[in-house]
Amino acid sequence: MTALLTAVGAAFGALLRYCLNCAAAARGTTGFPWGTWCVNTLGCLLAGALAALPLPAAVAALAGPGLCGGLTTYSTFSYETVRLLAERKWTHALGNIGANLAAGVGAAVLGMAAVGWFLR
Amino acid sequence: MADRGQTSPAAPATPRPGQTAMSWPVLAAVAAGGALGALARAGLLAATPQHPATADWGTVLVNVLGCALIGVLMETLTRRPNPHPLLRPFLGVGVLGGFTTFSAAITDATDAFAAHQPGEALLAIAANLIGALLAVSAAAGATATLLDRAAQRKKT
Repeated sequence: MTALLTAVGAAFGALLRYCLNCAAAARGTTGFPWGTWCVNTLGCLLAGALAALPLPAAVAALAGPGLCGGLTTYSTFSYETVRLLAERKWTHALGNIGANLAAGVGAAVLGMAAVGWFLR
Repeated sequence: MADRGQTSPAAPATPRPGQTAMSWPVLAAVAAGGALGALARAGLLAATPQHPATADWGTVLVNVLGCALIGVLMETLTRRPNPHPLLRPFLGVGVLGGFTTFSAAITDATDAFAAHQPGEALLAIAANLIGALLAVSAAAGATATLLDRAAQRKKT
């Protein structure tokens, strides 16, 4: 049952990721994969907030591994990084790794702290 | 990796020119693929042991496997003259995007850090990152070699 809820959450997460990526691509190509950065940062913010919320297991499965897992992506992130490396765009490639990791950790901590503050 | 000219590095997640970005079949393929990918991830994670506040090797396994598969997929698709327009939205954006997870890789690390295990936190980040990058390049390279050999055999 929880696996099904995870699947439903991930379907919406994947749709949201696709739409945000299309919106980022429509703003023009800067050579930097901002679309993936946006979905990964947003997903980490949500995941951090969810971790601090006392949720029933079913809702947690729908939102955590479901919505956040479907929204964020490691495959596209690493594919884009390897492509940038193959094109010898070293600063873009290293910047992509740094921006995703730093923003991801920062967003997760921020989400957790914000919920903790509200629940005080 | 095969050079695809002027396409943006965001290629796996964005439609090519001429392909309708927001058509219903594409959106359905993305959603269905995402659901299937997440189901596969849940199944694989249920089969691997979980240790709270340590580097989660289940997440690493999921991400490395998904990255190897996207290397194979993209190398194969970029060599095809006319891949089916729903293949990339379904398999790349949907299944593999839904299977792999950046949020779990990061929260595994922040959880370990919150539990005063900074070594495990760094290990979680490094294992996911290095494993994922090596998996994409190794799988794409191996696929390129195999497809080149197959093409050579066809010619001779």
